Amino acid sequence: MEKFSNIRGIVAPIDRANVDTDAIIPKQFLKSIKRTGFGPNLFDEWRYLDIGEPGVSCDNRPLNNDFVLNQDRYQGSSILLTRNNFGCGSSREHAPWAIKDYGFRVLIAPSFADIFYNNCFKNGLLPIVLEESKIDDLFQSVHATPGFEMAIDLNNQKIQLSAGENISFNIDGYKKSCLMNGLDEIGQTMEKKEIIQSFERQHKKLSPWIFEDLVV
Amino acid sequence: MGTKTLYDKLWDSHLIHEDENGNGLLYIDRQLIHEVTSPQAFEGLRLSDRKPWRASANLAVADHNIPTENRDKGIADPVSALQVETLVNNCKAFHVPYIPMDDERQGIVHVVGPEQGATLPGMTIVCGDSHTATHGALGALAFGIGTSEVEHVMATQCLIQNKSKNMLVKVDGQLQKGVTAKDLVLCIIKKIGTAGGTGHTIEFAGEVVESLSVEERMTVCNMAIEAGARAGLIAVDEKTINYVKGRPFSPKGELWDKAIAYWKTLFSDADAKFDSIVSLDGNSIVPQITWGTSPEMGMDVGEAIPIAGKEEIENALEYMGLTNGGSLSDYKLDKIFIGSCTNSRIEDLRTAAEIVKGHKVADTIKIAMVVPGSGEVKNKAESEGLDKIFMEAGFEWREPGCSMCLAMNADRLESGERCASTSNRNFEGRQGQGGRTHLVSPIMAAAAAVNGHFVDVREILKAVV
Repeated sequence: MEKFSNIRGIVAPIDRANVDTDAIIPKQFLKSIKRTGFGPNLFDEWRYLDIGEPGVSCDNRPLNNDFVLNQDRYQGSSILLTRNNFGCGSSREHAPWAIKDYGFRVLIAPSFADIFYNNCFKNGLLPIVLEESKIDDLFQSVHATPGFEMAIDLNNQKIQLSAGENISFNIDGYKKSCLMNGLDEIGQTMEKKEIIQSFERQHKKLSPWIFEDLVV
Repeated sequence: MGTKTLYDKLWDSHLIHEDENGNGLLYIDRQLIHEVTSPQAFEGLRLSDRKPWRASANLAVADHNIPTENRDKGIADPVSALQVETLVNNCKAFHVPYIPMDDERQGIVHVVGPEQGATLPGMTIVCGDSHTATHGALGALAFGIGTSEVEHVMATQCLIQNKSKNMLVKVDGQLQKGVTAKDLVLCIIKKIGTAGGTGHTIEFAGEVVESLSVEERMTVCNMAIEAGARAGLIAVDEKTINYVKGRPFSPKGELWDKAIAYWKTLFSDADAKFDSIVSLDGNSIVPQITWGTSPEMGMDVGEAIPIAGKEEIENALEYMGLTNGGSLSDYKLDKIFIGSCTNSRIEDLRTAAEIVKGHKVADTIKIAMVVPGSGEVKNKAESEGLDKIFMEAGFEWREPGCSMCLAMNADRLESGERCASTSNRNFEGRQGQGGRTHLVSPIMAAAAAVNGHFVDVREILKAVV
């Protein structure tokens, strides 16, 4: 996995709670057997006026100019500011793949759905949880200032605002280290191979029926 | 000890290791695999030259984008066809047990798992699908994961997890006639909200939950994720054990005796502590219909459509074409969908058929379809003559799959179409771009099909008696 390095970028606001994974990447794009190329279809139903199809270029599709990501002031944004329960719904990792592929590296919200939150870390995306009042303030600043930027310092767990103000955030130590070092989680777990095997032997003694092979 | 919740027991019995941050390394007993969230995981194994840790701990079946009609002609959409073919090839290459598309056991992964006895009480079960919570109805710790985690489980038989909090949802009393497990879970979601269970495992308990059949319990646990909880759980009882007994992959002989002795310990201890407790009175629950674009936007049958106020409500009413208010029964329905991992089991079809029997689907309904959850459900229904009841009424009787729950195959809503659906999500565009989904129970969907609009199914049941 790519390492997460400190970034500075434009903030795009999606002022809506419960943004679900069907909205983030509609189902027709889930037919892909690849991990890449989902960016042009991120928020497809909100972003375009026609119906998107997999494998069809988005270059000449009619844009919904009211949608935030289509507005000039948010072009090139790499930080997404949003509301409660972002990423609810399905477990599709296509959602963080699309967000990353579009160019976002950081998501900030009062809360995220559990599965989506975990999926972000596997893909070098940093989801930051802040209390609701701070989120309200940030929305105000973003709306008030075209080109509003932030700098994210993961190591020090700080968001630096242009005005010089800092906001601290919390993150689980293991997840932080995986992001900062671009660690391969499977490789990490494989280092515990022996304790897994030893657990498995014990587990098999206690619950042998679980280890019956499924013969279809 | 004697002070553990069911979740604590399942967690503790699968915990291999815990790091200083509280991240647990959890042993996974069973992984279910389908075509949509697995190709990139298999590809990952290939790129890293890794093999499955225990290939036969996995069970794969294609369900999301396979056709529900003319199946002998194969999959018309080449992109969908490639995804299913990729699953077939991956299972072959990595020796993962796979149920083929033309096998009578094929169906929705969350219907097939319990039906085949591949998912058992006390197991940890994962699948790259958020509705994996379904299997918690058997007293298993089951939750949805992303594709990177699918790969992680395949390679290591483990998952890194933070232990979640314990929530108890207790429903006492008794459900009225015409009120189903679906209405119960929609009511719970309405009460706690779609993020109410975030960070929690929900255990469903109380007189009402105890009285439910195992299939009904699956409907309840299935939608735990719609309340934000990755996993839903119900304690093991005699019904659970009777359900599991004799299934193709369930333990036999001595192993069976040993297994049930363990399974009988799978309940929350009387003095176990929950981080939060939510209580509902089962007697007061009535049939539910969702009016909006989130499963929490539900209402009692007969209740007036909410009047716009908050922006969120306004957006939902606008999308759903309900800005004129009034009663939902004033709005004509275009399509009826009875199916999905929430409500496509034999009991769902039986109860729906009972409502439909001797009636016709209203002329104004463009399509009413029944999509059984698996080939076995379909066969059973046909042996009971349910297919005939549905078809005589004007329903289409389809092949098993996820179908119009998420419209990855050809079954979908066109923009502006209104649907009574027994599925689990009413998100914008879920059943087709611009489509309008109302989530209901199978009997409410059946009654709506016959009337062309929503009605209170209790009235029909009264007339039957």
